[in-house]
Amino acid sequence: MIPISYSHLLQLAMPEVIVVLTALIVLAIDLLFLRSHSTRLRFAVAVGLASAGCIAAILRLYLAPQQANAFNGMFLANPLTNLLQLALLALTIVTLLLSADSTFTEHVGEFALLILLATTGMMFLVGTQDILVIFISLELLSLSLYILTAFDKRCSRSSEAALKYFLFGGMSAAFLLFGFSLLYGLSNSTNLIQIASTIHGSLSPLLVIAIITTIIGFGFKVAAAPFHFWAPDVYQSAPVPAAAFIASASKVASFFIFFQIMTFAFAGVEGSAAWMHLASGWVPVLAAVAALSMLLGNLVAIVQSSTRRLLAYSAIAHAGYMLLGIVAHTQQSLAALLYYVITYALATLGAFAIIGIVEKHSGSDSLSSFDGLSRRAPALSMCLFVFLLSLAGIPPLAGFFAKFYLFVATLNVAPGLLWLVVLAIAMSAVSLYYYLQVLKRVFVTVPPEHADKIHTPPLTLTIVALLAAAVLLLGCAPHLLLQAILQATR
Amino acid sequence: MLAGTIYISFFGALALLLLPKASTTAARILALLTAIAGFAIALTAFVSHRTGELITVSHHPWVPTLGIEYHLAADGISLSLILLTGIVAITGILFSWNIDKRTKEFFAFYLLLIGAVYGVFLSYDLFLLFVFYEIVIIPKYFLIAIWGSTRREYGAMKLALYSFIGSAMVLIGIIAAYVVAGAKSMSLDALAAYPYSHHFQMAAFPLVFVGFAVLAGLWPFHTWAPTGHVAAPTAASMLLAGVVMKLGAYGCLRVAMTLFPLGLTPWGFHVLGLGSWRDVFALLAIIGIVYGALVALVQKDFKFVIGYSSVSHMGFILLGLMTLNQIGLSGAVIQMVSHGILAGLLFAVVGRMVYDRTHTRELAALGPMNLNKAIPFAAVTFVLAGMASMGLPGFSGFVAELMILVGAWHAFPVLALCAGLGIVIGIIYIWRAMQKAFFAEPAIAAVQPPMPPISLPERLGAILLIATSVAIGLYPQMLLKVIVPALNSPLFDGLRKGGWQ
Repeated sequence: MIPISYSHLLQLAMPEVIVVLTALIVLAIDLLFLRSHSTRLRFAVAVGLASAGCIAAILRLYLAPQQANAFNGMFLANPLTNLLQLALLALTIVTLLLSADSTFTEHVGEFALLILLATTGMMFLVGTQDILVIFISLELLSLSLYILTAFDKRCSRSSEAALKYFLFGGMSAAFLLFGFSLLYGLSNSTNLIQIASTIHGSLSPLLVIAIITTIIGFGFKVAAAPFHFWAPDVYQSAPVPAAAFIASASKVASFFIFFQIMTFAFAGVEGSAAWMHLASGWVPVLAAVAALSMLLGNLVAIVQSSTRRLLAYSAIAHAGYMLLGIVAHTQQSLAALLYYVITYALATLGAFAIIGIVEKHSGSDSLSSFDGLSRRAPALSMCLFVFLLSLAGIPPLAGFFAKFYLFVATLNVAPGLLWLVVLAIAMSAVSLYYYLQVLKRVFVTVPPEHADKIHTPPLTLTIVALLAAAVLLLGCAPHLLLQAILQATR
Repeated sequence: MLAGTIYISFFGALALLLLPKASTTAARILALLTAIAGFAIALTAFVSHRTGELITVSHHPWVPTLGIEYHLAADGISLSLILLTGIVAITGILFSWNIDKRTKEFFAFYLLLIGAVYGVFLSYDLFLLFVFYEIVIIPKYFLIAIWGSTRREYGAMKLALYSFIGSAMVLIGIIAAYVVAGAKSMSLDALAAYPYSHHFQMAAFPLVFVGFAVLAGLWPFHTWAPTGHVAAPTAASMLLAGVVMKLGAYGCLRVAMTLFPLGLTPWGFHVLGLGSWRDVFALLAIIGIVYGALVALVQKDFKFVIGYSSVSHMGFILLGLMTLNQIGLSGAVIQMVSHGILAGLLFAVVGRMVYDRTHTRELAALGPMNLNKAIPFAAVTFVLAGMASMGLPGFSGFVAELMILVGAWHAFPVLALCAGLGIVIGIIYIWRAMQKAFFAEPAIAAVQPPMPPISLPERLGAILLIATSVAIGLYPQMLLKVIVPALNSPLFDGLRKGGWQ
């Protein structure tokens, strides 16, 4: 391994450095110069600056892609991490732009700062192979998200949700750290690949505990059942941009690193989840978590009357589908997982943006506040149509191809995994029911008499329309994204 | 060229959404023009089609890493059904000329549905076929839920979920087939040529067949059909019974039976006298025929009579498929076209001509209105459509059902007798509905409010459908000469080796 100087490291980590500096600049400008101005202006400035910073980071990533493996895997830069960081930054920009019209807080600088810090956490998270760095970046991400959840100080439910999130999160972090410490004890290394090489594919009791606690820790992050209890409350009560951020970008990063840990650190102790051929290892555990998530998420979503809670349970269900990608643990399934989680993030962001607009207008996110939306906001309704049907997996939207590819990748590994695929397809048939319930409100139900037209801020409308177009485009021409992912994972 | 049918319909739908708000008439005319353009393209292709030819319409790589292609092609079977779609699409618009609630959106959903139906009939890549097949579900839901009548939200949701569950079964089957064949190609002929193991085909065939047959109204998965038809607005019922149910039957023939022909071979043992999936589905088809007819016989609601008659007639198609001989299979395809036209016509009479004027579909309430005097055109149309539907010679229904019966006689003599029974009951229920709705004793005391006369679009639509049915009835060779060579094409090789007689 070539020793690397700190200046070189800073150069390698330039995108992250740019984001952190932007965060500090945004905070400083907001606190020093803009405190007496209107919230609207402050949001405009903060969002503008923060987005500019993200764009700068994107340009850096795109124009000068790096290839490095510094400090024994602590810091990685390769096409795959570059691609993921690009995706994360893009999702962050969308989140920021969607929050440009928010009024829920006066602490604008802090809000932008936390979003950017969370982004930094995610960027480091995807670019490492070292369990210590994974843990630290995960904590940077999580702590920022806890605060973001509680950011609406005027709403007591927001604080309640944040507290719940924090307590569950703290516990899961403890589990994760415990698992990591066992891994270190077993292997005397913090590098994922070296850990795997010392395990030698033997399933010792300590390793079993490490596997279980790691799955608990990440199961919490990706909101898989039975570690999902925080999700409905957070999705429902966090400020819309925060909820959207938690549901999209943070999912992308968490799923990727979950995949990396399971496949790299626990290589050799996969076991098998094939029907009638179960073998002990982490795969059957994850398969069980996936099955449970799909069942619980979809069945509980049916009875929800709040759209945000509905999205939360649907997110649990989607986490179940995405876990199939980890269960399959191949190159192809990684590509499928990434395609799935990125398109899922786009659709979820869009859905949250629309829910935010409706909620602002009618004061509630209940299903009934969507009554007759197609008469009150036709453009928004069309976009919601696209997002929800993509989540349901109806072609020609991105969600369908994502599911198809994921199932093909899963079955390609072992025909015995058919039971999981059958369950997933059956459950996605169930999911159409509750998505259609929302769309029925939007398109079929007659709007209430006093209902007036919903005014959508032009910026938000543009972003939402672009997201819908992206979902449609990636569904019709999946190769646009798939090509990039396949090249990066190769 | 033929791909234009799909694109024109989709662009028509998009253009409708962009029309200004108040332009109801413009929306109708635009929709009609779009449908006529689609039909014109289909007709040109049908006429210029050389016997036995497989027209490749469009063939491009779509997702190269997965071997998925954008492959549109048409053989005789596709062409016949595309022609049917064109006719039903035009008449459906003519019969929904009076829709004035959210007209633009109605026709936009309508054209979206039509475009996707064209897409299914033209797809030669399994992935593409499935994409179009699923696009159909959503407009169906909204057409019924927004513009429907009796229990429309229930009917719409039931239909959407049945379709989606059916297509989920299909999806499992085709993903499995794709992966087993090495995940290299989704092309229909590549997969049909792949030698799947006997065991695999035995499992995959019923899955995919039932998945498609749910949409074709296979008993006992037919229950969405009557409720859906009754809840739907006229044009949607016409499309549902006319072409959407055909998608299911088409999928059974084009996908399930070509990919997994060995699934039709005997199991090697008998359960209750049934020795193969072929026997099972033939029996279910017969049950559908007789059961649908019997239930239609006792309905009080005029539209339910037609709804159950659809189940009965779709049973003939499935029976025809299961005969596995040339005459039965070609009969099944002709029955797809024939039933598409006749069901469209019957629903148009009941839903548009009668219900929109009387606002009731109770047979008991319609009788006293003396409808054969009030709207004689409707009465005549129904008599003609009813005769065709009973299978009177000279109409398309006769040819189709006769061919299926002959085919069934070769394959399952006993079941063919039961199917004959179904035809007899068919005569009775049509007769009963005709008698009760149009020719009952007029009530003496009741003074009827004058009904609006049958409008020009309605007349045009009815004449077009009747003319088509008579044309096929008098000259079935027109369809047979394209269908039979298509059934003899290499795509159906597996089926032929597996028991073609």
